[in-house]
Amino acid sequence: MSEHQTNTSNTSLLSAISLTCIREDRLLFDQLNIKINAGDIVQVEGPNGSGKTSLLRILAGLSQPYEGDIYFKNKLINHSNEEFHQALLYLGHLPGVKGEMNAQENLAFNLNLHGLHCDDTSIKQTLAKVNLTGFEDSLAAHLSAGQHRRISLARLYQSTARIWILDEPFTAIDKQGVYDLEQLFKAHINQGGCIVLTTHQDLLTFEPSSIKKITLDYIVE
Amino acid sequence: MWKWLHPYANPEVSYHLTGRIIPWFSALTILFLSIGLIWALAFAPADYQQGDSFRIFYIHVPAASLSMGIYLGMAIAAFTSLVWQFKLADASAAAMAPVGAIFTAIALITGSAWGKPMWGTWWIWDARLTSELILLFLYLGVIALHNAFEDKALAGKAAGILTLVGVINLPIIKYSVEWWNTLHQGSTVSNLGKPSMSVEMLWPFVFCFLGFALLVGTIVCIRFRSEILIRNSIRPWVKALALEKSLSNNALENK
Amino acid sequence: MAAANLSYRAVFSLVLKRDLTIAMRHKDDIINPLLFFVIVITLFPLGIGPEAQTLSRIAPGIIWVAALLSTLLSLDRLFKSDYEDGSLEQMLLSPQPIFVLVLAKIVAHWLITGLPLILIAPLLAILLHLNEQSYSALMLTLLLGTPVLSLLGAIGVALTVGIKKGGVLLSLLVLPLYIPVLIFATSAIDTAALGLPYSGQLAIIAALFFGSLTLAPFAVSAALKVSTN
Repeated sequence: MSEHQTNTSNTSLLSAISLTCIREDRLLFDQLNIKINAGDIVQVEGPNGSGKTSLLRILAGLSQPYEGDIYFKNKLINHSNEEFHQALLYLGHLPGVKGEMNAQENLAFNLNLHGLHCDDTSIKQTLAKVNLTGFEDSLAAHLSAGQHRRISLARLYQSTARIWILDEPFTAIDKQGVYDLEQLFKAHINQGGCIVLTTHQDLLTFEPSSIKKITLDYIVE
Repeated sequence: MWKWLHPYANPEVSYHLTGRIIPWFSALTILFLSIGLIWALAFAPADYQQGDSFRIFYIHVPAASLSMGIYLGMAIAAFTSLVWQFKLADASAAAMAPVGAIFTAIALITGSAWGKPMWGTWWIWDARLTSELILLFLYLGVIALHNAFEDKALAGKAAGILTLVGVINLPIIKYSVEWWNTLHQGSTVSNLGKPSMSVEMLWPFVFCFLGFALLVGTIVCIRFRSEILIRNSIRPWVKALALEKSLSNNALENK
Repeated sequence: MAAANLSYRAVFSLVLKRDLTIAMRHKDDIINPLLFFVIVITLFPLGIGPEAQTLSRIAPGIIWVAALLSTLLSLDRLFKSDYEDGSLEQMLLSPQPIFVLVLAKIVAHWLITGLPLILIAPLLAILLHLNEQSYSALMLTLLLGTPVLSLLGAIGVALTVGIKKGGVLLSLLVLPLYIPVLIFATSAIDTAALGLPYSGQLAIIAALFFGSLTLAPFAVSAALKVSTN
């Protein structure tokens, strides 16, 4: 399997071969092949329950597919775990923010965990970019769900990861925030990164033709 | 290196292979168990100390050793599944767990039934009985964990990890219970120990043991087949099989 | 700003500090299991009778069983909230080795729940008229034994963290694994009461400690990967 892979492409950052996913006895997708190169932005589409989140979690290596393999730079992700995690930033439905810590501590911990060292001022600046100025010292328990979301999104501004996997990043973000994020996405793919995301709203500032789409159907057996 | 194993890793092949084995296993089970049990219960000599109540050992000892053996088998299956991602091994571990639990329960019940005339009470904190009781807890934990997961693949993995943790702990628990028992034991209690066995007792014992082992094999094979079907329900061959079955059932009803 | 690989020690102290900070701002988690420990132990004299001789005979067993139960009660906090708010999956996706993260969390759990238990144990031993010669044995067995409870318990929580009603299941999975610690710890205390050396039992508990210290983090890592699936 892996030998066959090395011949096909040298540039693909993330690829999946014949992915099959079954959840609670329901077939979500079958024999899916995906190839994501540097500079790609990929939007996963489909109705609710079609397996968008499952696909993103499988691509991030959090879930195991029923069948199929995921490759990072043509190596199985299980075999290059540390390198893959170094290159990956996954933001799911859950923000991963602790209520007992304040916004600044939350962001600092998440960045530190990924090997990024930031001083207080740069963390404050980053929080300002997601409109959290003045909330740096508030315990996250006192902040809203949307603000939790923005604390986790703030990581994108400091990220050195090339692969971004984002599950509904625009939920609870206002218009200006969406615009800013899209600019950030553009900068990221121009620097040779790639983005896989799901979103209910369209990406407004992107050329529709520049967006790769993966469409999942609700399979009725 | 493991290439020769590869065809057996295919669920469909294993399903049909075990299907062919089961009749042989069940026939041998009936043969060995009937010879062994009749010999043991009716013809073998009574123990000179314990009399006829000794005969319960022909069931107790095979059940007790098989209960340990099945746990070991589950651990080996769990190890293969976790290390080599060998999915069928999960199915076989899931097939073994309830059988092992039942044999542990049989060992416990026969053990305490033997104890009633000997000790005058149904339960005594004998080392072997206590370890058997803890083994039952370990089995029930694995089964409960397996049932708690909706997804069979995840259930298999979680139960596998627990089985491996259990198998590392089992000798430690057994040793500590034995040690605890000698520490607290008064001199009046006779242990549920192995009596010296004469040749006339040995042969029926061998038959009983093999009979029960084959019984385990048969039941595990039957359960293994249904586990394979559950895990592969979306495969075309399983669907074809189900269709075939329902067609033949319909044909029977129409007759 | 480049991503740098952190040393094991840096990762360990990062997670340890975080968990301790959270615990300090959420003190119920520290106090409640401790109160449980105290209350369970006060129940025994009420149920059995206040005779000093009976109590001192069963004191080691009572203290240790209460310690097992209160550890069990506190285990939930080890991974549950991290699982529910998504921090756990972020940790598993970080480039840091999982067993170091896991070990740091277990050590934090022990510092929060095991250590207070040890500190309060002599007080409870007085209530139960524990033999005076046994105090050092009680403290030493708790010191070596409670980390084992945290380590083995972590495996159980890691396996059940994704299950909705995992609490009862957890006790079924974990308590049988606690039996060896219980047996050797209580026996060490009993032996000390007779004025005999109990270093053998301590050595075995120490062996259990090192064994679970080396093996449990790997089992926990594997279990967490299953649970976050």
